[in-house]
Amino acid sequence: MGSLRIPLWGAPMDKGALQAVRITAITQETPTVRTFSFFPGFSFRPGQFVMVTIPGVDEIPMALSRSDTITVQRVGDATGALFQTRPGDLLGIRGPFGNGFPEQEGTLAIAGGVGAAPLRPLVMHGLVECLLIGARTADELLFLPELTQKTSVLVATDDGSSGVHGPVTGLLKEIPLSEYRQICVCGPEKMMQAVLQTLDAAGMAGKSYLSLHRYMKCGIGVCGSCCIDPDGRRVCRDGPVFSGDSLLHSELGKYTRDASGRRKTV
Amino acid sequence: MRITSGTVLVGGMALSNHLLLAAGVLGTTGSSLARILACGAGGVVTKSIGPYPCEGHPGPCVVETEGGLLNAMGLPNPSREFEGELQVLAGKPVILSIYGGNPDEFRTVASWFAGTAAAFELNLSCPHAAGYGAALGTDPDLVEACTQAVSSLGLPTWVKLTPNVTDITLCGKAAERGGASALVAINTVKAMRISTELKRPVLGNRVGGLSGKSIFPVAVRCVYELYESCRIPIIGCGGISSAGDVIEMMMAGASAVQIGTAVKDYPCIFRSIATDLYSSDGVPPDTIVGCAHG
Ligand SMILES: Cc1cc2nc3c(=O)[nH]c(=O)nc-3n(C[C@H](O)[C@H](O)[C@H](O)COP(=O)(O)OP(=O)(O)OC[C@H]3O[C@@H](n4cnc5c(N)ncnc54)[C@H](O)[C@@H]3O)c2cc1C
Ligand SMILES: Cc1cc2nc3c(=O)[nH]c(=O)nc-3n(C[C@H](O)[C@H](O)[C@H](O)COP(=O)(O)O)c2cc1C
Ligand code: FES
Repeated sequence: MGSLRIPLWGAPMDKGALQAVRITAITQETPTVRTFSFFPGFSFRPGQFVMVTIPGVDEIPMALSRSDTITVQRVGDATGALFQTRPGDLLGIRGPFGNGFPEQEGTLAIAGGVGAAPLRPLVMHGLVECLLIGARTADELLFLPELTQKTSVLVATDDGSSGVHGPVTGLLKEIPLSEYRQICVCGPEKMMQAVLQTLDAAGMAGKSYLSLHRYMKCGIGVCGSCCIDPDGRRVCRDGPVFSGDSLLHSELGKYTRDASGRRKTV
Repeated sequence: MRITSGTVLVGGMALSNHLLLAAGVLGTTGSSLARILACGAGGVVTKSIGPYPCEGHPGPCVVETEGGLLNAMGLPNPSREFEGELQVLAGKPVILSIYGGNPDEFRTVASWFAGTAAAFELNLSCPHAAGYGAALGTDPDLVEACTQAVSSLGLPTWVKLTPNVTDITLCGKAAERGGASALVAINTVKAMRISTELKRPVLGNRVGGLSGKSIFPVAVRCVYELYESCRIPIIGCGGISSAGDVIEMMMAGASAVQIGTAVKDYPCIFRSIATDLYSSDGVPPDTIVGCAHG
């Protein structure tokens, strides 16, 4: 079977120029999340991201949820400005960047909140045998109908409005982890840290792949704003997907850095 | 052509080779700088640190161009909190890059790091930060005053110059008068790209600085001119990506070099350049520094 290896330093391609795309449709996915479809799309690997420019506002990293969509939670200025756009408006795109998830069948996927966006292509390509998905409430569960058609899905919500009451880690107890070839994870930092601890206790850290988020300014591995401790790997270029065992003694779950480079606790 | 390896004495520092990391490239965290040292760099220059924390310009901050990279980061930095990043680098050849809006600010920042940095590099050359960098670095009197304010602390003080002036030697000589231990040339070349589809400049800050291969000839010319007019050592920077580039820079007058943009695609470029550059039957480096001036 031979597991796909993620290179420790450096990811492949370099699509550094800024390309304009036109928004073709905007879909309300949940009360806080919208999918923006655009033309033209890009060839990409599941888990890769693009740098999205909202003209005159800012540029922010977004996972590709399809070759021609990003799925965005509104959290602040740039995402707020994105929510003001209409079909027909132009965005700037650089990318796709980063390594992406290893593409293997027999994957267990674990998604928290908008972390379902980069995992969606893995599921739709038929590589995911089982998906654990968590959200704050039932109506924040992302892509649920289409994901359920492609794989078996277990749900957890913080308020118990759907599935198991509590964090998505609660679902892990019921899963025969060693039966999966790999485990792909994306979600809030605290959730990913809790998942990694559980996987490590089960001896599965080396078969898990976590997609990290850090403050990104360049997206191409030159500015240093997304580097993680203790080994200085760049989330934008050496990641955003890292194997769980390489993160066990890292800053994950402890602290991150803001736009100025100051540390703040997670 | 190859040169012999050995300790490189330049601008008050003793380095294990001629190849340093340039300021602002992968220099925001201690662990990133440690990674670059582990990748074979003879020394590392940090991100430019200023008197106050700064978030930098809105994006896009960087865009690739043919043969180069255009950036307007806007000097994001954690200011004094950068002390925490330097802890993992104790005893290592770390040059702290500083920016400020006047001589006092330069001195204040330098004094915070006087116990931890091995040397200072003054960013009098960033082309896209209003009131900082090249805003001061194009005025020889201010270059001299800022240099004097830091060099008087007693640590090696390098001054990084901007190519965006009519005569770079005026600023080089001003730094020399201010007590600089070395000159670093060059910072980025002021530049712009426009998205024809969006009908606006690509960078969030509109104007930025060009780096990478496309500015190498500009950098060689600047180093050549400085070597003719200044006596302190020159550290060549701008578009270097191969051992051949290093040799050419040395022939123009550089005693060592810094590498920035080329690190992006291959952080261990220091080791691979060193492999091509050094040989036990090479010529002594001193014999080629400035040899193109004969
Ligand atoms: C590789 C990657 C993929 C991502 N994919 C998605 C996705 O598919 N869907 C989604 O909704 N969100 C995604 N994010 C997060 C998204 O980038 C942030 O929510 C967005 O940048 C917030 O911008 P803002 O101006 O609206 O918020 P702000 O008010 O500026 O900030 C809110 C928070 O967002 C984060 N943030 C802000 N700017 C950046 C930046 N330039 N880089 C990284 N984080 C930032 C910070 O943690 C900040 O505290 C991804 C992040 C990364 C790194
Ligand atoms: C993303 C980026 C950030 C930079 N930040 C700084 C900085 O903070 N201070 C500084 O003096 N120079 C900065 N520079 C300029 C470089 O140190 C260097 O002078 C320039 O890029 C030319 O060298 P290169 O072609 O090898 O990159 C930066 C360059 C880039 C590309
Ligand atoms: S965002 Fe610049 S190095 Fe990763």
